Amino acid sequence: MTQDPNARAQIEPTEVGANAAETGDRQLTAEGSPETPDAYGSHEISIQDLDFATLAEQGHTATKLDPLAPAVLSVDNLKMYFPVKSSGVVRRTIGHVQAVDGISFEVPKGGSLGLVGESGCGKSTTGRLITRLYKPTGGSMMFQGHDLAKLSSREMKPLRRDVQMIFQDPYTSLNPRHTVGTIVGAALEVHKIVPKNKVLPRVQELLEIVGLNPEHYNRYPNEFSGGQRQRIGIARALTLNPKVLVADEPVSALDVSIQAQVVNLLQDIQTEFDVSFLFIAHDLAIVRHFCPEVAVMYLGKIVEIGDRETIYGRPHHPYTQALLSAVPDVKQAAIGGRRERIRLEGDVPSPINPPSGCRFRTRCQFAQEICAKVEPPLLQIGPRHKAACHFAGELGSHPATPVTTQLLGVDDQGSPVAGATPTNTQLTIPGYEETWYDLKTKQTTGG
Amino acid sequence: MTSVPMTQSSAAERDAAEGPYLQVEDLKVTFPTQDGPVTAVSGLTYSVEKGKTLGIVGESGSGKSVSSMAVMGLHDAKSAQISGSIRVGGTEVVGLSESKMRGLRGNSMAMIFQDALAALHPFYKIGGQLEEAYLVHHSSASKRDARRKAIEMLDRVGIPQPDRRVDDFPHQFSGGMRQRAMIAMGLINDPSLLIADEPTTALDVTVQAQILDLLQDLQREFNSAVIIITHDLGVIAEMADDVLVMYAGRCVEYGTCKQILVAPEMPYTWGLLSSIPDVTASTDARLIPIPGNPPSLLRPPSGCSFHPRCVHSDKVPGDLCRTELPALLPASSGTAHLKRCHLADPLQIYRTEVLPEIAPELVEETR
Repeated sequence: MTQDPNARAQIEPTEVGANAAETGDRQLTAEGSPETPDAYGSHEISIQDLDFATLAEQGHTATKLDPLAPAVLSVDNLKMYFPVKSSGVVRRTIGHVQAVDGISFEVPKGGSLGLVGESGCGKSTTGRLITRLYKPTGGSMMFQGHDLAKLSSREMKPLRRDVQMIFQDPYTSLNPRHTVGTIVGAALEVHKIVPKNKVLPRVQELLEIVGLNPEHYNRYPNEFSGGQRQRIGIARALTLNPKVLVADEPVSALDVSIQAQVVNLLQDIQTEFDVSFLFIAHDLAIVRHFCPEVAVMYLGKIVEIGDRETIYGRPHHPYTQALLSAVPDVKQAAIGGRRERIRLEGDVPSPINPPSGCRFRTRCQFAQEICAKVEPPLLQIGPRHKAACHFAGELGSHPATPVTTQLLGVDDQGSPVAGATPTNTQLTIPGYEETWYDLKTKQTTGG
Repeated sequence: MTSVPMTQSSAAERDAAEGPYLQVEDLKVTFPTQDGPVTAVSGLTYSVEKGKTLGIVGESGSGKSVSSMAVMGLHDAKSAQISGSIRVGGTEVVGLSESKMRGLRGNSMAMIFQDALAALHPFYKIGGQLEEAYLVHHSSASKRDARRKAIEMLDRVGIPQPDRRVDDFPHQFSGGMRQRAMIAMGLINDPSLLIADEPTTALDVTVQAQILDLLQDLQREFNSAVIIITHDLGVIAEMADDVLVMYAGRCVEYGTCKQILVAPEMPYTWGLLSSIPDVTASTDARLIPIPGNPPSLLRPPSGCSFHPRCVHSDKVPGDLCRTELPALLPASSGTAHLKRCHLADPLQIYRTEVLPEIAPELVEETR
């Protein structure tokens, strides 16, 4: 299918019918049947001729990483501070919630970046900043030559069609008083892409794509099940042919068996329309399946970012290690073994008054004096791997002395060394450098 | 202490020393609705011994919570028709009068709910709510005793500075702490049976790990029987000794945790296993969803209730899946492992067809 929204709009109703035949088989795997749950009998017809081999064929393996893909979205030192007001008549600002504090990353074209972390770490805020539901306090978000962070609402409007969002809760993100057709077609009318009489065919085409019955455009959200509602949300996000989709916990409100359907649908959409995803989730297993690249956030900062194999196989940041060890592991338990868990004590500190130095130090088992004094830079330590820790290392082999002292010009306790020249140049770029800092030799090396 | 129920239950505890603490037999729960009766649970039989954990898995609407609420006697007798037998420590719960039920509930059996913010009363202090749970079943205890007990329990579940936090309101607690407070409330009377209904679903993985560890520690300490209801197979794998898989109000597979996770014999269980990714699995593992949606219990499918979504029913001769409900029969891996499926050799199909797709790295190990 074509990328250009205008070209799509010209599709004649007869062609929509032809499309239906093409997408027919996908529709089967996707939802089994686009009927509402009460119309139960229809399931039998659609699934009966489906055998396991075809179903498995259409199931998906994890997405592959394309290391050469150019960045479609480049976020540099993005900040979002929410003011905290005092009570009383004169509501002075008495502090800031540092929800997102200087994060940098790139989303590759046609790829996906996963954003994981505990609740309150700023993942969702990041998503909302990129869709410009919030105006950032600082930093830049480069998208197609525009800095989304600096644009006014009016300048932003034409770009909104390229950056869309899928929300977490399909029960509250759809207006119960609007029909599916109105919900999905609203964006078409706002952006005046299609003439009024072409809105309906386009809506029906979108419903087909997400595996719903196109005849159901005049139904209300309450007539659909949770998984089907999430599909409506996805159809709405796809309406304007976006280039970047921010998926904020798209499956966490759904039943297990339905989660897989939606994840597979998102993967289909990604390959078919070449959409880039910023995939926000707290479920590490889903993120691993969907995203070839993953960023781990803690208290408004990215603590580790890299490709999937590195983050899940050899994480270097103690927080990533703790997070991974906390995930219950079905297959391990099935064999009888149980991994050692790293217990994180207590809760995430308040982002109004975050700890000095490294923000994770209050819960970190390796924390030393330097962690309270100097904030660790997000250091590139591998071809596609960055970690922000003074004691970065694989689990069980964390170094005894900080690895960052030479770069920062401090001694092992974190006090500045007289005459030292801190080299801080490569620390904040959104993407990856050709060269990186080798932890063993403490030298900058290249491929 | 209240006299009548306590003597009953302590006598029952002696009797139950040999048998399982909770025995559910042929449980059926029907709700009359405007559109006709909805049978939310039917023919459910299971038992839990003290010190053991039973995990119940299933999608929403499969009857997991309804069956546990029947055990707790939380269904309105006017609107729910419950038949079958539920014996808690030897006491028959089905048809028990409300006043006797109240003596058991919160005392020898307790429940932890999913949403701690909704389950705790926002107007009352955490301590007050814990004290109330204690005083209801210990009428001779003074308020000071109750407060001491509340602080002790908060300390036991790992809330820092319990003597200060006892006077906090629920909204002043974080999500994980609220869940801990609710566990403290559930355990304040040393129940022998604890039902945890999705205890960690709303929590982060790190907090989930803390809560699961806490539940295991407490179970060891109090030697209670635990039922954990969840849709997360990871939680089941960590916690449960036995697993009960429910679909459309019926038990479709029952066995030890290892049997269910390594040698499942029911296509619905395969579907559950293949629709969740794993953090350590090979990236070649496929994510294969279960097609379709859970059935409406108002008009359940004929025969095997899973057949409309089952992709293996073509391997069963004739129209058996559609016409006849399979009985809960012993599986090939042992008599303790029960499954409800017409397939002749399900384990073979699982190992040769399903497993290579969903966990290619495990195929060799299980052979």
